[in-house]
Amino acid sequence: MSVTEILFWFLSLLALGSAIMVVASKSPVHSILFLIITFFAISGHYILLNAQFLAIVNIIVYAGAIMVLFLFVVMLMNLNAESEPLQKNKYLLYGGTIAGASLLLVLVAALKQSSVTGQMVETNSGSVGLIENLGKLLFTDYVFPFEISSVLFLSAMIGAVVISKKEA
Amino acid sequence: MLLSIDLALIVEKLVLIVVVVMSSLVIAMYATFAERKVAAIMQDRIGPNRAGPGGIFQPLADGLKLFFKEEIIPNFSSKFLFILGPSLAMLTAMMTSAVIPWGDTVTLFGREIHLQIADINIGILYVFGVVSMGVYGIMIGSWASNNKFSLMGGLRAASQIISYELAMGIALIALLMVTGTLSLKAMVVGQMDGYWNVVKQPLGFLIFLICVFAECNRTPFDLPEAENELIGGYHTEYSSMKLGFYLFAEYINMFISSAVMVSLFFGGYDIPFINDGHMVEKIGQNWMAVAHVFMFLFKAFFFVFFFMWVRWTIPRFRYDQLMNLGWKVLIPLALFNMLVTGAVILALQ
Repeated sequence: MSVTEILFWFLSLLALGSAIMVVASKSPVHSILFLIITFFAISGHYILLNAQFLAIVNIIVYAGAIMVLFLFVVMLMNLNAESEPLQKNKYLLYGGTIAGASLLLVLVAALKQSSVTGQMVETNSGSVGLIENLGKLLFTDYVFPFEISSVLFLSAMIGAVVISKKEA
Repeated sequence: MLLSIDLALIVEKLVLIVVVVMSSLVIAMYATFAERKVAAIMQDRIGPNRAGPGGIFQPLADGLKLFFKEEIIPNFSSKFLFILGPSLAMLTAMMTSAVIPWGDTVTLFGREIHLQIADINIGILYVFGVVSMGVYGIMIGSWASNNKFSLMGGLRAASQIISYELAMGIALIALLMVTGTLSLKAMVVGQMDGYWNVVKQPLGFLIFLICVFAECNRTPFDLPEAENELIGGYHTEYSSMKLGFYLFAEYINMFISSAVMVSLFFGGYDIPFINDGHMVEKIGQNWMAVAHVFMFLFKAFFFVFFFMWVRWTIPRFRYDQLMNLGWKVLIPLALFNMLVTGAVILALQ
């Protein structure tokens, strides 16, 4: 196995393992910390694909900013294992399990037939993830979707301000 | 190939990492001493002078004291998270040093060695990523303490850091538009021949400087540890070396952010008014690199001194003033700076 392969398997195991722990762990704070580890593992995958910009932005935005807000909420509400409400309704549990398993089945079936599996991943060699190429691509070929999404973000920001503003 | 690593490179980088981390630690150690001396001078006192000649061994004595203190872990806190907090603070403080260019290349044993641990494509964004991780050390530690005062301190620290990161990032965007690169090394090389970036981006530098003070939790923005409101802030429940880690991380952060500011705005290891080509012919590549490193450290130390100077000059802000300054003054100013920079660049083209 080459270094890339070893890293790939390590990062995949880390990502999947900590993603399972997000759901499995009792304490919400632990869940958040495991989610942060998951984001780091995914960033590691981006680096293996030579998409450095995407990797660091993933860390700054998701692991750095959004998860801090999650942590804020959990800490301020002082959620912990004791105050976690126990799921009493058994039918809901069964229903959730069946729905999740069906979703997994559909996803696996869809991915198995799709053309994605036939394409090789460009490890190490692709340079589209470097910031210069990415910027050029965003402002030439994809300038319309880029602007649309920035308008979307702006409206979301204004919406947040309006909602949080006190009635004067 | 991205991952074709030979053994010599690993050894070279390992040595470099050990040297950089060790010197950051020693510098941070003596920064604590320098802080007390600077405070003493500004208040017309003598300062620590008992341990060794002129008090030179004072940091060692402080470190020993912290090591031998009793370790207390609060009864109802999560032990793992309680220990993770200061460890994370220390780890993130030292990780930032990886992308800072300390000097040019030296040739040793027939190898060209770059005096920078990693010259990566994303350079300064890496620093941002690690800094945004630094919040977790404080937040986790404060929450795991299971103490209301600690939690308040931690929340203050986190919201302060997040708020000032925004203005810092926007100030940086203007700088990136001028330099056209994210790599710190390329930025320094760009400043060697022309003017320093502080000349091109004076307002950007001012905003960046203020934000760095807030990011490091230094006075006048040290509200997370405002002792007259919050006892000790987020590290109220900490004792022994875990407390030492938190305090120490602050000084490492101070040194590293001084180094980042020097590389971004003050020419990095560039020696002003001297033509490097002539000097290299006179004293050789290796000695030139040594001179560069010393110049870099001199500039960085000046900023460390500036941090202390401000601390003993300006009183602490109130918390609402801090938030107003961040959101209502610095962010609009940074946006204005970005727009003007963009317009000027467009006009010059």
